[in-house]
Amino acid sequence: MISAKNVSKRYGAVQALQEVSLDLHPGEVVALVGDNGAGKSTLVKVIAGVVGPDSGGVTIDGEPAHIGNPHDAQRLGISTVYQDLALCENLDVVANLYLGAERRKWSLLSHIRMERSARDLLTSLDVRIRDIRVPVAMLSGGQRQSVAIARALIGEPRLVILDEPTAALGVEQTAQVLDLIRRLRERGLAVLLISHNLADVRAVSDRVVVLRLGRNAGEFRTADATQESIVAAITGAAA
Amino acid sequence: MNAATVTRKPYTPKEAVERLRHGDLGAWPVVGALVAIAVVFGSLNEHFLSPENLTNLALQMAATGTISLGIIMVLLLGEIDLSAGSVSGLCAVVMAILSVRQGWNPILAIVVALAAGALVGLLHGIMFTKLRMPSFVVTLAGLIGWQGLLLYLLGEGGIVNLPFDGFVAKLSDTWLPAWLAWTIVALLVLTSGGSSLVNRRLRLAAELPVPPAWWAAVKIGALTAVLAGAVLVMSADRGVPLLLVIFGTLVVAFDLVLRHTAFGRWMYAVGGNVEAARRAGISVTRIRVLAFVLSSTLAAFGGILSASRLSAVNQGSGGSDILLMAIAAAVIGGTSLFGGRGRTYAALLGILVIQSITNGMFLLSVDSSVRYMVTAAVLALAVAIDSLARRGSTT
Ligand SMILES: Nc1ncnc2c1ncn2[C@@H]1O[C@H](COP(=O)(O)OP(=O)(O)OP(=O)(O)O)[C@@H](O)[C@H]1O
Ligand SMILES: [Mg+2]
Repeated sequence: MISAKNVSKRYGAVQALQEVSLDLHPGEVVALVGDNGAGKSTLVKVIAGVVGPDSGGVTIDGEPAHIGNPHDAQRLGISTVYQDLALCENLDVVANLYLGAERRKWSLLSHIRMERSARDLLTSLDVRIRDIRVPVAMLSGGQRQSVAIARALIGEPRLVILDEPTAALGVEQTAQVLDLIRRLRERGLAVLLISHNLADVRAVSDRVVVLRLGRNAGEFRTADATQESIVAAITGAAA
Repeated sequence: MNAATVTRKPYTPKEAVERLRHGDLGAWPVVGALVAIAVVFGSLNEHFLSPENLTNLALQMAATGTISLGIIMVLLLGEIDLSAGSVSGLCAVVMAILSVRQGWNPILAIVVALAAGALVGLLHGIMFTKLRMPSFVVTLAGLIGWQGLLLYLLGEGGIVNLPFDGFVAKLSDTWLPAWLAWTIVALLVLTSGGSSLVNRRLRLAAELPVPPAWWAAVKIGALTAVLAGAVLVMSADRGVPLLLVIFGTLVVAFDLVLRHTAFGRWMYAVGGNVEAARRAGISVTRIRVLAFVLSSTLAAFGGILSASRLSAVNQGSGGSDILLMAIAAAVIGGTSLFGGRGRTYAALLGILVIQSITNGMFLLSVDSSVRYMVTAAVLALAVAIDSLARRGSTT
């Protein structure tokens, strides 16, 4: 289990996070929701090692983890898919999946080994791309998002963080990506999903954690929660 | 796994159009241009397609082509190197002064000149990455500054003649005997055929799709035809020039490095999306510095080849239109100015186009004013194709 414990972070006059805690279990999709500026991205950045907290921190299986930079986070099995996809459009799917982690033999790229495991990975996630050797520029938005998410799995992580993965997608492609998120759960990964879209959140998550003005403002089991109660927690209306 | 998934299907016309729209034109525009050039000049002047002239053409290509190969290294990152011409002249002068005036061993002089080129590139790379100056400005300063240093080093005399029978001059006056040329062709065909066969076997064993067998056969056949044709033509004259072999080796070697090493992959990644490369843990700074080092070192080598052909260096070395020819060749050959797209063969194909236009117009005694305008038109066309392709790939 990966947890954020009592995390606080201040940017100048803005208290972005105040004593925020969050538990992430294997095989569970947790949705992190909240209004603009609630502190969602800041919390994710702390977990992913992009910014350091003023106090509090991350524990892994109960042990305090030292996460000083994104590389540390990756090594500890925390993988993040950022909102802007960070794919190289001129490279093909295989090259993008293994970017920066190329499999090599005598410093030569192992094209066949990488393509084989890329295919296996995409098949296991049921991502359908007709020819994975074409530049990513030629894929649809949903396919690209799927590649970005598949890429997060290359290092065999235990937690995958997704920042607004469906924000730019149409109905059908959103459904594709939500399916993919369910498959991450089936693989036993912990998934942290940031989304403004409550329909998506209700469709895939097991638990909803609400942030409001940098504080924990409620936690629901998705199956039990009503749309109204979640909205009330987000807006701070008396529930 | 059934046969349908194992054989990668040829593209349907619709998909082919889609690929074209995304700028995946490959080498076809250039090949078309070369055929057009051969037809036009060949019909205007019976000497243009003669073995003697084509052999001259091969000899003329090597120096500027090598500089162009260096330019491709920075173009792949979406940067530019305007100093390549000056650096080529400067390093040729360094080589000439060391070997002639100082009496050094010519090979040692060449090595030192190449190291000087690498140092210049390192300086450019550091100014670009650490001082965050635009590459355009860094290398524009280099264009003027290294030209200045060249003039300073040449001093009063202004010219250094290389002995005609010396090692350097001999480089461009060495011709492969027919048996050697044919052996090289056979080796190239066998290696590329063999490696594609092995690759096919391995892919099938890994249950990965392979292109149809006839397609691989066509490719090998085309390679054989082109190489054999070239050797046949040049053997009818003086033979295959060593300079062409050197240039060709560089093109092939750099292509292999770019496609089969992590360094090459990272070059394309940085050119495609710097932010993505950085997040993937690639040291963007190191790649950028290396690209500038490669560019200047190859420019230095091109300068030495050029000095070899002239058997001299002078105040005009690396000057006039060499830089623009080299950049134009890279772009005409299909390297994108926007980074991330292109192969080293662009240097070979592009310089072939430019040099044959130059050569053809020279044969027709067309004034150089017209030659400049025609070259400019070809360059503009190539850049237009590149820009349209980029628009296609971002929408
Ligand atoms: N680098 C920064 N410098 C200063 N203030 C910042 C910085 N990053 C975030 N903040 C502030 O911290 C607060 C929380 O921001 P955060 O980006 O975490 O919100 P969010 O929940 O992700 O919002 P959104 O839904 O708009 O993405 C905001 O008030 C924001 O202005
Ligand atoms: Mg945010």
